[in-house]
Amino acid sequence: MAVASLRERLLGADRVRPARLRLGWVAGGAAVLLAAVALGVFIGPVGISPAQALRRLAGLLPFVDDTSTLSAQHEAILLQLRLPRVILAAMVGGTLAISGAAYQGAFRNPLADPYLLGAAAGAGLGATIVIAYTNAGFGSDLMPVAAFAGALAAVALAYAVGRAGGTGRTVTSLVLAGIAITSFLTAIQTYVQQRRSQTIREVYGWILGRLTTAGWDDVLLALPYMAVGIAVILMHRRLLDVLSVGDEEASSVGVPATRVRLIVVVAASLATAAAVAVSGLIGFVGLIVPHVVRLLAGSSYRVILPLSLAFGGTFLILCDLLGRTLISPAELPIGVVTAFFGAPFFALVLRTSRRTL
Amino acid sequence: MRRTLSLVLVALVAAACGSARTAGTQPVATGSFPVTIQASSGPVTLQAKPSRIVSLSPSSTEMLFAIGAGEQVVAVDDQSNFPVDAPKTSLSGFEPNIEAIASYRPDLVVFSNSAIAEKLEALKIPGLFHDAAAALDDTYRQITELGQATGHPGEASKLVADMRKKIGEIAAGLEKLEGEPTYYHELDSTYFSVTSKTFIGRVYTLLGLKNIADAADAENTGYPQLSAEYIIQANPDLIFLADTKCCGQSAETVAKRAGWSELDAVKGGHVIALDDDVASRWGPRIVEFLRTVAGALDALPAAA
Repeated sequence: MAVASLRERLLGADRVRPARLRLGWVAGGAAVLLAAVALGVFIGPVGISPAQALRRLAGLLPFVDDTSTLSAQHEAILLQLRLPRVILAAMVGGTLAISGAAYQGAFRNPLADPYLLGAAAGAGLGATIVIAYTNAGFGSDLMPVAAFAGALAAVALAYAVGRAGGTGRTVTSLVLAGIAITSFLTAIQTYVQQRRSQTIREVYGWILGRLTTAGWDDVLLALPYMAVGIAVILMHRRLLDVLSVGDEEASSVGVPATRVRLIVVVAASLATAAAVAVSGLIGFVGLIVPHVVRLLAGSSYRVILPLSLAFGGTFLILCDLLGRTLISPAELPIGVVTAFFGAPFFALVLRTSRRTL
Repeated sequence: MRRTLSLVLVALVAAACGSARTAGTQPVATGSFPVTIQASSGPVTLQAKPSRIVSLSPSSTEMLFAIGAGEQVVAVDDQSNFPVDAPKTSLSGFEPNIEAIASYRPDLVVFSNSAIAEKLEALKIPGLFHDAAAALDDTYRQITELGQATGHPGEASKLVADMRKKIGEIAAGLEKLEGEPTYYHELDSTYFSVTSKTFIGRVYTLLGLKNIADAADAENTGYPQLSAEYIIQANPDLIFLADTKCCGQSAETVAKRAGWSELDAVKGGHVIALDDDVASRWGPRIVEFLRTVAGALDALPAAA
């Protein structure tokens, strides 16, 4: 099948498919997300009977009695480890995917991902400095703050450098600025890491992404930024569709392309920074999920954005499930799992786009 | 002529050592030079008592100072932070730089990374390769070898005898303990641990403890990474933190982790903060470590 039909779907979908989000897709997205949450909560290195787990979870609802007979340890595993972890995976996956889609729209570049403007390198530097120079471990409150600040600072820097030439510059200069900032910050990060080589494993673990120590406080920490970022992105879904035609065309119908781009990029970066702060650097989700959605459901941002949110969350929950069960009771870093599935897909997209672009 | 003579001497000493060994005793402890040490990596010959020793591993540094050879040490690696008056330098034991080592004009180098063995040979610098110990016997052997190499054989055998005695006493004091208490030894805050096959794991076994990580080491590395779910399910009687310095962990931070407050060790106050360094080295201070673990065992409720 299907290189040709793949290409056709990638590029021609918006012309043959309706731009509106169909109810079937909404229901489908919600259903797979729910199924993934259930799998994630019921399966783990420690066997907890799904029936008991369901009873315990039902007991959380108001006016329902808890009839489960779980031990204190199993209850702690269910409610304080698995549930927050699955929810955080859904939030991070959804955020990275929708932010990736937003970046792809704002830059009109199918290979853009949420780390394009240096968010990953900035967060990596912030986290590395905390790990290397304070003796704070993974549970530390300082880590997410430093990663968050680093991610936002890097994107701001890239934007400042890329826009310095004035508004007449193309988005390409912004992308190049992002690449330069990424290289620069990565160099500093590597230097710090080498100077403090005794902390190298912790830094490495962070870079590969981790949901290992996820708890409810991580969920609460990230939620406000993600919610605001995602809401702003969703509000601009129509404008992103207009933008996809071209800056000048957008201006001619009264859409201020530069301003829309700035708002969308800031919102996506804010949400991405929150995701990176609580989960480290998880690659490929932001790149492949929007493309899967494009292939399946069409290339209008009114379709891509909400479905990326649902499928991104689903994808990351399932990757995390593999990560913590494949070599149980040890864990695979989640970044390894997402890249293992993401990289071949990325190669496929790359091949098909090279033929047609 | 002189060279021939010294070669003959070396041969004689080596023969003496050999016959002593076949007699089933320790090599002669005269402290005279030249001396040939039958190290596990092969024989090492020293023509004279070394006065410019470079130590590239923290455990070796601790051993050298404990047997009274500290004054002969001119440089130790960047991780050798004990004793505090050891001449710490920026030399790396993990990635040793032979030129930087040679600049100290050493007459004996004690190293744990075998990569520099050939280079030392090329520069005609005597080198003693002391790999990470797998068991306490390796510690005793290394101390004995260092005693011979530095001209302190008496002090070395005294230290070994002393360690054996103290460790024996600590282990004997615990014999009344019933059952097999379980433990989790934490290397960092991402739940890397050790199994009973490691040096430190064997020490725990010596004291009658059962390791929860043994079942989790599918790749047989000795250092598996556990998941929080696994640790909570295992519900160990004792939790030992060897990540207090590296990663700022403590009984308080452990209690704050999601789900950990349900663990018996956390509820009963059996989370023990170790000194990362003492718990990761195989030098004389291992006795201190055993004492800490024994104290934690004593604090367990009798039913454990």
